[in-house]
Amino acid sequence: MVSGVSATISVRDLSKSYGDLRAVDGVTFEVERGEFFGILGPNGAGKTTTLEIIEGLRRPDGGEVSVLGMTPWPRNPALLPRMGVQLQASSFFEHLTAREQLRTFAALYGIPAERADAMLEVVGLTDMAATRTEKLSGGQAQRLSIACALVHGPDVLFLDEPTGALDPQARRNLWDLLRAISAEGHTVVLTTHHMDEAETLCDRVAIMDHGQILKIGSPAALVRELDQPVRISVEAGQLSLDEARALVAAAGRTGDSVSGDGAVGDGAMVADDGVSLTIVTSEPATVLAALADRQALAGLQVRGGTLEDVFLHLTGREYRA
Amino acid sequence: MRAFRSLSRAMFLGFIRDRAALIFTILIPVLFLVLLGSIYKSSATPKVTVLEVGKVSMLDQAQAASPRSLGQVMTVTRTSNLAVALADVRKGTDGAAVQQQGTRLIAHYSVADPTKAAIANAVFSSIVQQANLAATGRPPTYQLTAAQVEDKSLKPIQYLAPGLLGWAIASGAAFGASITLVGWRKDKLLRRLRLAPVSTSSVVTARIGMSVAIAIVQMFVFLAIAITPYFGLKLTAYWWMAIPVVIIGTLAFMSIGLLVGAVSKTQQAATSIANLIILPMAFLGGAFIPLDFAPSWIQKVSYVMPLRYLVVGVQNVMARGLGPASALPAIAILLGFTAVLTGIAVRVFRWDEI
Repeated sequence: MVSGVSATISVRDLSKSYGDLRAVDGVTFEVERGEFFGILGPNGAGKTTTLEIIEGLRRPDGGEVSVLGMTPWPRNPALLPRMGVQLQASSFFEHLTAREQLRTFAALYGIPAERADAMLEVVGLTDMAATRTEKLSGGQAQRLSIACALVHGPDVLFLDEPTGALDPQARRNLWDLLRAISAEGHTVVLTTHHMDEAETLCDRVAIMDHGQILKIGSPAALVRELDQPVRISVEAGQLSLDEARALVAAAGRTGDSVSGDGAVGDGAMVADDGVSLTIVTSEPATVLAALADRQALAGLQVRGGTLEDVFLHLTGREYRA
Repeated sequence: MRAFRSLSRAMFLGFIRDRAALIFTILIPVLFLVLLGSIYKSSATPKVTVLEVGKVSMLDQAQAASPRSLGQVMTVTRTSNLAVALADVRKGTDGAAVQQQGTRLIAHYSVADPTKAAIANAVFSSIVQQANLAATGRPPTYQLTAAQVEDKSLKPIQYLAPGLLGWAIASGAAFGASITLVGWRKDKLLRRLRLAPVSTSSVVTARIGMSVAIAIVQMFVFLAIAITPYFGLKLTAYWWMAIPVVIIGTLAFMSIGLLVGAVSKTQQAATSIANLIILPMAFLGGAFIPLDFAPSWIQKVSYVMPLRYLVVGVQNVMARGLGPASALPAIAILLGFTAVLTGIAVRVFRWDEI
């Protein structure tokens, strides 16, 4: 282990190949106790393989993994009860109700049925206890699946793309549940390709691509580091284009590196589409102060960089099948 | 133990709530039994109907002497009108018409049904021979004692019930094992179980227990229907010895299912492959066509069909009245088959897709 005893998960120089494909290629990171850690990456980046190696489902070709001070491979019966795993697909026994499902998984860990029933309440499925799992909605099935992963009170919880196919309401509902779980002190490791999800839930994220970790840190720090120009827009008609340009010039450094979503018209830094006047700048504080001076803040919207910008910046924009 | 119990319970509930599985493993085989049982029953004893025109004393004496043996091959109806009787024979309604003129027995027959005509002719000629012999007033020098080798009650149901039962158990076990394996792998339940502190043997024995329980239920449902007077299956003394044969047979066909499940990616593929194995085997292994009546090439091929040993093993103790030891070779062969196939299945087994 590289550092302190508090590291719940320690991964060092992990590698795994399938034929010529280096699915995981020298991955190193640590997850602290109680941390909410996210592994981000495009499809095929190697995040699921990394997670599966940590869970003990796959044997690494090289490198070391330690979970709660134990080695997950080969299958480690001492470690299994301390891990909770929620898999991408909802893995349930066929034709069982939500309650039966949870009780069955509880029994696998020697947990009494009452604890299982209590868990049903934690994930808000008491009303659906007698419903067969095939009849549950996507969000309910996902919550049940998380309940099945948590029923034995594990120290570490692994979630593989938990909000994959959920609608916005169900996603937010699930986020609340995950926050509550994290607040109880569970260490949570999550893979996702939803940046908003990682940004809102994770203490730290690792951005992966082509089997390697490109960047690791807290979402806010990563965004700040990207130093993305800020888009400030106000209602049109409060300020002329020339006034706006003068204002931007006075602010000093401008958004010359803006591209993609950050661009305004033909690379211009100021634009007016008749609805909004938009200014792209790297000095938002100065520009905002100047706009405030002119009483031109009606309809103000300020959009800074997001984790998604960091992600696209690191992994590129080309479409991958 | 809690894990084993809970897994068994989950599988049991999953099975009884799965209407398709219930229909497939219980209802369809029973339907086959009822249909085929009824068909074979009606064609079981092809008796010749004989019209006795006027008084035929030779026939009457023969009937009086041995009513049972004659009654097994022909039913005699008396009539006085020769013309009507001949017309019936010509149409094929009756097998033969017979009249007596003094010491002469005249049998009228038609070749409409050559088999019946031959039976009638043989019977009449033997009646005449006996009458001749009796006329000499001396005891016969040579005698024939006919001894039937089969149990007298070996009616078609005695072949049919063990055959169809073997087929039902074979398909139940093979389909059950393969579909469960593929389904669990696809739903990642297999992987989820691997991440729980539950031993592989608990999972496997729970699944085996489930299949064996289904097979025993199949067996008793079958027997309950087959022994009704309508079908008339007669269970012989050591029928209970069929239970171990059924259990081992279930294991053998589960091992086929395990192998099919290991190489199939989807449940549809597993179903197709299992069908491709089980259905031809039902014809070649003596389940649908009793081996005693099958062409000799089928009889030869049947020796490499595991279903043969399940069917014959059950038949021997349940319907033929052989002793418990008669099932042992079948049990041994099925066990060997199970061991080999399970060994192969374990080698090609995968926890995950990919």
